[in-house]
Amino acid sequence: MKFNVSNEEVFASTGGRPFDKNKPLIIFIHGSGLTHMCWVLQTRYFAFHGYSVLALDLPGHGLSAGKSLTSVEEMADWINGVIDAVGFNQASLVGHSQGCLVAIECASRYPNKIKTLSLMGGAGAIPMNPELLALAENSDPKAVDLMMDFAHGPSGHFGGHPVPGLYHLNTGSMLVQSKEIKDTLGVDFRACENYTNGFEAAKKLDLPTLSILADKDRMCRLKDGQKLADHIKGSEVHVIKNCGHMMLLEEADQTLAILKKFILDKYPII
Amino acid sequence: MDPKTYKFDTLSLHAGYQPDKNGGSRQVPIYQTTSYLFDDVDHAAALFNLERGGHIYSRISNPTVGVLEERVAALEGGTAAIATSSGMAAIFLAIMTLCESGDHIVASSQVYGGTANLLRLTLPKFGINTTFVKPRDTEGFQKAIKENTKCIFGELLGNPGNELMNMPEVADIAHNAGIPLMIDSTYQTPYLCKPFDFGADIVVHSLTKWMAGHGSSMAGIIVEGGKFNWMQNDKFPSLTKEYEGYHGLSFAEEFGPVAFTMKARAEGMRDFGPCLSPQNAWNVMQGIETLSVRMEKHCANAEKMVEYLMAHESVAWVSHPSAPDHPDYELAKKILPKGRGSMIAFGIKGGKEAGTAFINNVKLASHLANVGDTRTLVIHPASATHSQMDEATLKFAGLSQDMIRLSVGIEDIDDIKNDFEDGFRAAKKPKLVANK
Ligand SMILES: Cc1ncc(COP(=O)(O)O)c(C=O)c1O
Repeated sequence: MKFNVSNEEVFASTGGRPFDKNKPLIIFIHGSGLTHMCWVLQTRYFAFHGYSVLALDLPGHGLSAGKSLTSVEEMADWINGVIDAVGFNQASLVGHSQGCLVAIECASRYPNKIKTLSLMGGAGAIPMNPELLALAENSDPKAVDLMMDFAHGPSGHFGGHPVPGLYHLNTGSMLVQSKEIKDTLGVDFRACENYTNGFEAAKKLDLPTLSILADKDRMCRLKDGQKLADHIKGSEVHVIKNCGHMMLLEEADQTLAILKKFILDKYPII
Repeated sequence: MDPKTYKFDTLSLHAGYQPDKNGGSRQVPIYQTTSYLFDDVDHAAALFNLERGGHIYSRISNPTVGVLEERVAALEGGTAAIATSSGMAAIFLAIMTLCESGDHIVASSQVYGGTANLLRLTLPKFGINTTFVKPRDTEGFQKAIKENTKCIFGELLGNPGNELMNMPEVADIAHNAGIPLMIDSTYQTPYLCKPFDFGADIVVHSLTKWMAGHGSSMAGIIVEGGKFNWMQNDKFPSLTKEYEGYHGLSFAEEFGPVAFTMKARAEGMRDFGPCLSPQNAWNVMQGIETLSVRMEKHCANAEKMVEYLMAHESVAWVSHPSAPDHPDYELAKKILPKGRGSMIAFGIKGGKEAGTAFINNVKLASHLANVGDTRTLVIHPASATHSQMDEATLKFAGLSQDMIRLSVGIEDIDDIKNDFEDGFRAAKKPKLVANK
């Protein structure tokens, strides 16, 4: 579905069902350089089970127009703009990686609007490897190759995609390369590098929060995800074994099962 | 800092499979089953709605076949793949996923006989018509494109005349017209060439040939490159618009770089059903495990045969891109740096009669209608694979009456040469031995 935020056209997948203003809203926020497509094995479930779903393409990403936003703070405000634009006054947020930074910043800024937070492969800060950052800012495809290596665990590296016939590494790589690397991945990596308010934002939060972490995550390590969760009051933590940073695809079924339980419990359909 | 993702030879053995998710079975298990239990009603609905990945019915997908699909996608550098019961099934499924009735294809004139017949005679029955262009006529591809053209199709090394298509330039032509380039890469395998690196968007294979390699099993596959933007124009409404057969799904919107494969499976496999059997998928994977070592030997033997044939008094001409006098020698070096494949075409002095005698008198080389076996194969196309064609069509397809097509195997090279000596000897006095 397409709509406008700050006069720029935004694309969001509604998970295969028509968007319905009478159903509770869940917003999915993708990680650096990615698009709404990484959420396909979570969004469709919720869309088919009583929720209104928006898996967003951040500005300048995927099918959304405009330029990439350059800071996590701007992205957090933009999410608030999305909720307004679709005519809701509250939503639950699900973030992956950089999307977790955006989600916690947004929830700390708009505590009355955000009802639950689900964080996958998150951390309180995501400092970038300088070499990787430079490669991404120079649109060097090697940045994508390195990212795919770091972002995937055994399922990604060997294969065994939950959707028959799909190969993780190359699908991820093509998603990131659907736009000029420096304009999406480069800008996103720089925004992660610059964001320092994560733990402060986390301390302010007072809402049901779920962290899904993976023991073989090499982008946001398990201990960093745990540290973020420790800063959030009453945060629930699940660790997926033998899995990398792309748990939402690599172990899609486990991720969905955990998310489902949490959302149905803390953000039920009334 | 370099990525530590697995490289080609490792992927040929491991991609798509993790033993610890399959009870520790080191080999890929053969899931000889038609269907799969649902956990509950919710799970069944989730699979049918594409909410979750998984298997429903082996016409649509199967875990053993799935490993093969991922493995070939990994080797080609593609995002996704869908395996089929044969190479022809892959070509048909790919075209039917792309085209509607009223659409048009521009194809290389030098393609496998079965493909030529599909494009020339069978697809028009579905309202899909093809204009053929000679593979070296790069400009011709441009000129043949019409408003309703939906893809350019070709084999990189044309079957059977070994004419090379200038893939990078033809890819540019396709992309400027907003359509994808589809390459049948059967003769190359991803070991020799990854067409996605040269601009192709969809790759099809007859896995029956070098990929499986042992002449035991029929199989085909479609691989998606993932780069082509289906939404750049309105030429592909069945990929970009809401699809009635799946709750109004737009494949391109929902699945982006894997949209084509998702549609081929959700629609084509569901409605046409050219699925691959798990046993044959497994057989093909046995072949792929040794793809690199076999291809190296195939190519090395082929180059030795080229030298041998070029020096032979009974041979009128030899066509193989490793021969310095081949018109595509330079281009082949660029596109096929690791080897130019093991298909050789040569003309035998004495024309059709000598050709027949040669074929009838080789013993080690098998006379049959296949290529890409571990064993050396020979055939006389004008009287076999392309026998449905009249003289003019033969010529347009790059064939002649004296042509022998040779698929070089991995036997000891001296044994192949000795066998050919017997054939050539008989060909010199065809009257005496041709009808033995
Ligand atoms: C280049 C090429 N493409 C496609 C095919 C068809 O494949 P299959 O025989 O597996 O249907 C063949 C051979 O038969 C071939 O040589």
